Amino acid sequence: MAHDHGHTEHKLAIFRGTLKFKSNVQKIWGVLIFLSIVTIVEVGLGIVKPAFLIENYFIGMKYLNWIFIILTLVKAYYIAWDFMHLRDEKSSLRRAVVWTGIFLICYLMFILLQEGTYIEGVKTNGYIKWNF
Amino acid sequence: MEATVSNTGTEGKVWGGGNKPLNASYGKMMMWFFILSDALTFSGFLAAYGFSRFKFIDSWPIADEVYNHFPGSHGDNPMYFVALMTFILIASSVTMVLAVDAGHHMNKKKVTFYMFLTIIGGGIFLGSQAWEWTNFIKGSYGALETKGGQILQFVDTRMAEGDEKMHRVSVEDFAHASHKERVQHESKDGLWFVSEPALPKYSVQDVVTGFNAKSHLAVRTQELMPNIERLKASGDPADAAKAASYESKYVNADQTGQKGVLTRAESEKALKDAVVYVKGANLIHNEYGNRLFADFFFFITGFHGFHVFSGVVINIIIFFNVILGTYDRRKNNYEMVEKVGLYWHFVDLVWVFVFTFFYLV
Repeated sequence: MAHDHGHTEHKLAIFRGTLKFKSNVQKIWGVLIFLSIVTIVEVGLGIVKPAFLIENYFIGMKYLNWIFIILTLVKAYYIAWDFMHLRDEKSSLRRAVVWTGIFLICYLMFILLQEGTYIEGVKTNGYIKWNF
Repeated sequence: MEATVSNTGTEGKVWGGGNKPLNASYGKMMMWFFILSDALTFSGFLAAYGFSRFKFIDSWPIADEVYNHFPGSHGDNPMYFVALMTFILIASSVTMVLAVDAGHHMNKKKVTFYMFLTIIGGGIFLGSQAWEWTNFIKGSYGALETKGGQILQFVDTRMAEGDEKMHRVSVEDFAHASHKERVQHESKDGLWFVSEPALPKYSVQDVVTGFNAKSHLAVRTQELMPNIERLKASGDPADAAKAASYESKYVNADQTGQKGVLTRAESEKALKDAVVYVKGANLIHNEYGNRLFADFFFFITGFHGFHVFSGVVINIIIFFNVILGTYDRRKNNYEMVEKVGLYWHFVDLVWVFVFTFFYLV
C-alpha cells in the first residue's frame, strides 16, 4: 500500500450515502461544487434580502441571519469532513476534536451574546446617556 | 514503519498500550491539537465581535454599504468581491486536498503541481485582502465625528425615480478647505517631546459652511430605523412616544433597518456636536460608524490574513521539499503534505465564518 500510515480507505459517500463517488478525487470536486452552490445561495440571499426573512425574528435574530449561520455550519462540516478528511478518521479522534470545540464555543457565544444584549438594554432603556 | 519499532508483545491489546485508539500519527495528532486551540482563539475574537455588535445592535454599520467595491468599479457592488475571495480560498483548499491525495499515491509530479496551485491561490487571496484593506483605510465619503464618538455622514435628499434610499455625498464635493497656516506639529520642530496626529483635510467649520450652503444635503446618523408600524401597534405608550420621536427627527423613519436621515433642522443641530472630520479608517477613527467596527475588522481579518500568510510560507517550504524528494525518502512519505493541508483547510474554515459574520449577517 502506498499509504501505510493512518487511514487506509476513503469513505466516498456524502449526504448520508445518497451521493456516492467513484474515487477520492471525484469526491473532492463534488464537494467543491456543493460548497460553491452554498456560497452562491448565501451571496444571492445577501443581495436580494427577501423582506419576510428580514422582518421576522426567531430567538432575537432575523430568519435570514439564521439561514446564513446554518449554511455556514453546513460548509464548515464539509470542509472538516471531506477536505480535512475527518470522515476517514476514527470516530474517537473525530469526536475528541469536534465536540470539545462545539461545547466550548457554544458556551462562549451564549455568555457573550447574552451580556451584549443586556448592556444594549441598559443603554437603550436605562439612565445612561451614550450620545452626549 | 513497523520494522523500526521493537515488538513489545502488546500489539492489539487494548489495556497493554498496544493498540492505537485514535489511529493517528503523533504529528497529525499535534496538528489537530493546534487547530482546536486556534479555533478557540478565533471563536474568542468572533464572540467578542458578537458581543460588541449586540451591544450596539441598533447602530452597527451595514456591511453592504462599507464593502461595496469591485476592481474597476468603485461603489455599490456589495458582496461580489468578498464572494470571489471566498471562492478563491475554497478553490485553493481543493488543490491542497488534491495534493494530499496525490501524495497518498506517491505521485511526486502531481503533488508538486497541486502545491504550486495552492500557493498561487493563497497569494491571490492575500492580494485581494490587501486591496480590500486599502479601500477600507482610504474610505470614500468622509464624515464628521461628534464628541461622543458618533459618526455623521452626508446624503443628498433629492431622490431619483426608483431609488430605494438617499445617495451618500462625499464631503469633498461640498466642503472647501479654508486657507490655513497651521501645519502639523512634529517632534523635530521646537518642542521635541511634543507632537500631534496628522491634521484632517477639512476643519469642522469648513464642512459646516459647505453644508449650510447646500440646502439639499442632510445628515445621516448611525441609528438604524426600527419597525415604526410595529412600535405604533404595540399599544404601549412608551413605544408610541418612541415612534413619534423617530418620526419627528428622521425623514426616513418608515425605512426599517436603514440608517436614519435627520431632517434639515435636526441635521444642523447635530452638526453642532461635531469635533473632527474623518476620512477612511484607522484604529481610532473610522467614517463607517462605531469605532469598534474598524478595530474588529482590522484585528480579525488581519489575524486571519496572518494565518494565510504563514500558511503560504509553510506551503512554499514544503513545495521545495517535495521537489527535492524529501518525502520520497521519508518513512511516513507525504504525511507532511497532509499535515500542512490540515492547517490550510483550517484557514479556509475560519474564513467561512469571518465571511458570514463580517459580510453576511
